[in-house]
Amino acid sequence: MTTIAAPRTTGLVSSTLTITRRAALRYLRTPQLIVMATVQMSLFFLIYRYLFSGAIRPLGIPYVDYLAPGFITTGVMFSGIGAAVAMAEDLQQGFVDRLRSLPIPRSSVLSARAIADTAILAVSAALTVAIAFAVGFRLHGSALQGLAAFGLVIVFGFALEWLFVTMGLLAGNAQAAQGLGMIVFPFAFISSAYIPTSTMPSWLQVFANHQPLTYMVDVVRALTLGPHAQQLLGHTTDYFLIRALLWAIGILLISVPLAVARYRRT
Amino acid sequence: MTSTIEAHGIEKRYGKTRALDGLELTAEPGQVVALLGPNGSGKTTFVRAVATLLRLDGGTLRVAGHDVRRDPTAVRQLIGLAGQFAAVEPAMTGRENLEMVARLFGQDRRTARASARSVLERIGLVDDAERLVRSYSGGMRRRLDLGASLVGAPRLLLLDEPTTGLDPGSRIALWDAISALVKDGTDVLLTTQYLDEADQLASQIVIIDHGRTIATGTPAELKRRTGGNVIEVHPRQVDDLAAVATALERLDGGEAQIDGDARRVTVPIAPGEGMMRALRAVQETGVELDDIALRQPTLDEVFLALTGSR
Repeated sequence: MTTIAAPRTTGLVSSTLTITRRAALRYLRTPQLIVMATVQMSLFFLIYRYLFSGAIRPLGIPYVDYLAPGFITTGVMFSGIGAAVAMAEDLQQGFVDRLRSLPIPRSSVLSARAIADTAILAVSAALTVAIAFAVGFRLHGSALQGLAAFGLVIVFGFALEWLFVTMGLLAGNAQAAQGLGMIVFPFAFISSAYIPTSTMPSWLQVFANHQPLTYMVDVVRALTLGPHAQQLLGHTTDYFLIRALLWAIGILLISVPLAVARYRRT
Repeated sequence: MTSTIEAHGIEKRYGKTRALDGLELTAEPGQVVALLGPNGSGKTTFVRAVATLLRLDGGTLRVAGHDVRRDPTAVRQLIGLAGQFAAVEPAMTGRENLEMVARLFGQDRRTARASARSVLERIGLVDDAERLVRSYSGGMRRRLDLGASLVGAPRLLLLDEPTTGLDPGSRIALWDAISALVKDGTDVLLTTQYLDEADQLASQIVIIDHGRTIATGTPAELKRRTGGNVIEVHPRQVDDLAAVATALERLDGGEAQIDGDARRVTVPIAPGEGMMRALRAVQETGVELDDIALRQPTLDEVFLALTGSR
């Protein structure tokens, strides 16, 4: 039997870059996405900063210094909803089928998604940081610690991103992905992001103190609050760092294989 | 000569549903094969199988001699896929979309630019190449999607319901684009629910239902097997339906279908004199009519005729 053409696969790096570029362009050329998200984010930030700060006093530090790390860290989680929806849309609209029918490594599609979404999330986190500084947020630790905190936010964002990509793949359509994305609300609000968990009813504290977002927020907070941190948070930076990273690794260990398996099976 | 597609006993199950249940299909080089069948008959599943997008539960499937299961990469080098949705990026221009797919086929930047340009000419989108796709009409997006499946210079083009949801004008424009490709020597497997589409484009039609092949042939062969046209009679009074049906059945064209809600009698008629004889028979009943019409058999009627004759 005669066969035609030697099988040749396009390289992983080059195909990943090509698909990443597309995801980035989609975001950059839809300015309303960026503008809307920024306006909404700033609005909420200002509401918390100026309306609630009077009510949330007993901290010993300005509320804005407590709030900013929580707001920036939950921000990367909220932007994950967009990633889930984008993944589901690609699946629903046949874009994933097209890519899978091309002679490219299949892993390039998911890695491109994760890279593009993480890059976008880094930009939006940087924007949030800028707004935070503009309304009075200050670093109490060193600049290096501040940079480390920002780096950690991106790392957590990357891990959460995979979780949302998996959700998008499981949901299969944009509406369902949007619905699944609502799961971020209890995680964002029943955490230490906006208020100390000690103010919550004790049964809620059980969840609030042990869920991943609280650890992630508190390590960022510990790095930006400097000397005030341990007294306010009750633990050392390492305590939160180790737990937050373990959660991030755990999330990746579960969601990456799940995403890959689901992607293969579709 | 190696067949373009060789499918034997193809099976695919989703839970208890048998999406493909022993499907047989052979496509030879130079052929345009239309896969015709109702919704849920397994058309899309089969196209996805040929495109290496799903794992089969049974049977053998070869594209240009390459086994789809054992050597999917070789198959992906040879095919171009355009699905039911226009899988193009709205936030990129037409040219950028094509260049992206060309790059993913492993072409270097310059080659990708050249193949994008030549495809834009073939699908008639040169003037709109620099516009973002989000400003394109539905028909233009479908044409671009077709173009995206062409930049890799595929030997076999897979088109899954390429014109579903398009207005008649865009449909014809897309047909023209596909016909032009066929002239250039691309083999095509397309799925459709429309007989006229298969008739227009295909040299070979494979009719499937419930994941099984129920008929194969050229459009002319299949039409001969399904008989001629269908006459529809709408009497004014519901009570007259039976009388009209009896009169028409006496012509021996076939069994009359009575639809009480639509107040309609439908019956296949023989080619040639059939129409005149039917009109005369209806007139002789003396029944008062609202309407009487002659039309092509629908896909349902073709199925009825084909499955009934087996």
